[in-house]
Amino acid sequence: MFRFLNSVFLLSLLAVHLPGWAAEVSREQIKGLDEQVQEIKSDALGIAAELNRLEEKLLYPSNSQLAVFVSLAPGAKFRLDAVEIQLDGKAVAYHLYTLKELEALQRGGVQRIYTGNIRSGEHNLQVSVLGKSASGAEYRNNASFKVTKDVAPKLVGVTLAAPGTANQGISLKDW
Amino acid sequence: MFRLPLLLCGLLAASTCLAAKPPVRAALKDLYFSEGLYHAYQGDYFDAIARLDTELGQYYGLDEPGLDSLHPHVNQAEFSVGDFELNYRMHRRAGRAIKAVLEGNVQPPVRNEAAYRLARIHFQKDQPRDALTALERIKGKVPEAIRDDLDFLRGNVYMAVGRFGDAAQKFKALQNAKGFEGFASFNLGIAELRGGQEQDGLLSLARAGRTGSTDPAALSIKDKANLVLGSRLLEAKKPETAKQYLDRVRLKGPFSAQSLLASGWADAALEHYERALVPWSILAKRNVTDKAVQEALLAVPHAYGKLNIHGKAALGYGRALEAFAQETEKLTNSAQSIRAGKFLEALVREELKQDRDWVIKLRSLPDSPETFYLMELMASHDFQESLKNYLDLETLRKKLDSWEADIEAWEEIIARRRAYYQPLLPDIDRQFRMLDSQMRLRLDQRDRLDKRIKSMLVAPRPDFLATAEERVIRGQLDNIEKRATTRAGKTDPAILDRIQRLRGVLAFRIHTGYDRRLTDAYKNLQQLNGVIAALKKQYGTFIRTRQAASQSYEGYDATLSRLRARILEAREKSATLLARQGHLLEQMALNELEQRITRLEEYQVKARFAMADSYDRAVKAQEAGGVTK
Repeated sequence: MFRFLNSVFLLSLLAVHLPGWAAEVSREQIKGLDEQVQEIKSDALGIAAELNRLEEKLLYPSNSQLAVFVSLAPGAKFRLDAVEIQLDGKAVAYHLYTLKELEALQRGGVQRIYTGNIRSGEHNLQVSVLGKSASGAEYRNNASFKVTKDVAPKLVGVTLAAPGTANQGISLKDW
Repeated sequence: MFRLPLLLCGLLAASTCLAAKPPVRAALKDLYFSEGLYHAYQGDYFDAIARLDTELGQYYGLDEPGLDSLHPHVNQAEFSVGDFELNYRMHRRAGRAIKAVLEGNVQPPVRNEAAYRLARIHFQKDQPRDALTALERIKGKVPEAIRDDLDFLRGNVYMAVGRFGDAAQKFKALQNAKGFEGFASFNLGIAELRGGQEQDGLLSLARAGRTGSTDPAALSIKDKANLVLGSRLLEAKKPETAKQYLDRVRLKGPFSAQSLLASGWADAALEHYERALVPWSILAKRNVTDKAVQEALLAVPHAYGKLNIHGKAALGYGRALEAFAQETEKLTNSAQSIRAGKFLEALVREELKQDRDWVIKLRSLPDSPETFYLMELMASHDFQESLKNYLDLETLRKKLDSWEADIEAWEEIIARRRAYYQPLLPDIDRQFRMLDSQMRLRLDQRDRLDKRIKSMLVAPRPDFLATAEERVIRGQLDNIEKRATTRAGKTDPAILDRIQRLRGVLAFRIHTGYDRRLTDAYKNLQQLNGVIAALKKQYGTFIRTRQAASQSYEGYDATLSRLRARILEAREKSATLLARQGHLLEQMALNELEQRITRLEEYQVKARFAMADSYDRAVKAQEAGGVTK
């Protein structure tokens, strides 16, 4: 009995790593299918890239395009809950952040929060931030900026710093 | 018996550490690259690749790429695309992209990093010889950021090709490297054991089992080291020492069940059956789905039997039989549900994507027998990869559907734009042509003035700068002279003198004021230039707007119909692959369940015999007790 059970135990150690169905679903089958899945992914990526270009050309031509990007200042550890973007007094984007999105921003990712079309000339861009500071206190901040649109696509980067830090606030950079 | 699991354990540890580590945050000067990272950091690799591919495509299409914001990061971007492709399980494409960097005209650190990444792909695809060939291409300076990763990979590749001594050397050097605590010691232990250095191997595993990190992955490897070490010692008939290590494995970790089972066997080997009952009883109360729990259900009555408590042993076997019967029924229901196609439906539940714990929760949903064993199936690498492919295909299917809807919407937008602009444009164009000719005329006039002023700087021409009034006066004087001559038939000298004097005054005024007039003319021309520039700007704006109007609906038809055809083709392909991948998953799941049923049936046979035997012994013991009395 001991021998039987002990051998069962040893087999269970093996079973963590060895798939039992190997005889019926072959490695070649899995590999072959995997390669075909890779091919379809590649096709889909090609279509996506072309659609991206077409969308930009069709919906956001360069002479009227405005894109607003949001990033966090390095080391900004506050909990960002929401960002609202107003353009000439009209709300054009409002985003509530999930934990995953917040982590992506904290790791240096940049979110494109708005893409739209505006006339050339000067515009007012207002950024409102809602969140919680490291101590858990509610944090609200607003800032207004002048944005000048010319014939080229206008890319604007909004950087949010943590409350209580030396460079706290909202800053804007033209790209 | 232990060789294979040990090797596999080693490789498992290696792959844990080789999984893409979070990239170090670096200030990027390119928004689109950073946007790609934003998607990648959320695990959304499709969008990350699509974004970065588009950006790289635009970069390489530029006349002066050196001026583009991506230029300082272009190598990093290429590598990132490769990383994203790897994470999106597109090994072939990632390999091709990295090979392209490797064969390009790049600096040694960049080439070495590419070789490292290529080797990593080969290793992950279970091609250690190719990985070694790629590693052998590394010469010269290696970027600091990948130095330890490279050594760790080298160690694993050496181990995979049987160069255990070289592997051990690499792992030894990484003992104190940050992020490799535990992993390096564990793999060092495996390399030493496989290289025949039994004692050193055990010491290294013991070191890996003492790692002080609180990181979940490091804690997991710590548990694993203790489990492997304990099991190895148990096999070497050193149960006392084995138990010390087995008892270090956390009760809530992924290796808890196996270590409890082994810990019981260590006690049993020492014939301490009452102590063996402690870990086995803990284990026997857990979810019976776990194979170790099923074995514990048999081990507990086995221990009671050894302690001559045959009545309790018989009851224990009875409980085991009951549990096995319930488990077999559950497995049968699960298999039936999978055959009815419910397994695949459950796999694409939205909750699975939102919450990783949902996989665990699925097993406790009473009406979903098809998912009871999903967690157990997930333990297999091939099942996991196939499941990920299935989920990727499902996501692609949704994307393709949404793209088709996008194309329909765009076609409608284009049709509306055409309907709006087409009737307006001919009239606008006619008006524009008139304004255009007027404007060209004015521009010609301005150019002539400019030329004249420039020539006057070289050869002064005061006449050109006479005012309109002066030109009128000059005309009047000419008329007076003509009239004076014509009326009298001869010319009155007094009048002529006066005319001449007046002409002189006029010429004097023009000549003496020449410099000032030339300056004024220049200033006026400058002012005119301002007006002309504004006019040209307006003209340019009009041209662009006019072009934008045409471009907003012209030239899309062919592209859209081509894209629609590509989408349709991709949809058909993905639907076929989705069905095949789903069938494969079902097959894997059914095979696993059937294997479990077979094993449980064997257990049931053994348990029945053991139960009968225990009853016999209990009865005999009772009778013997009675006789004695």
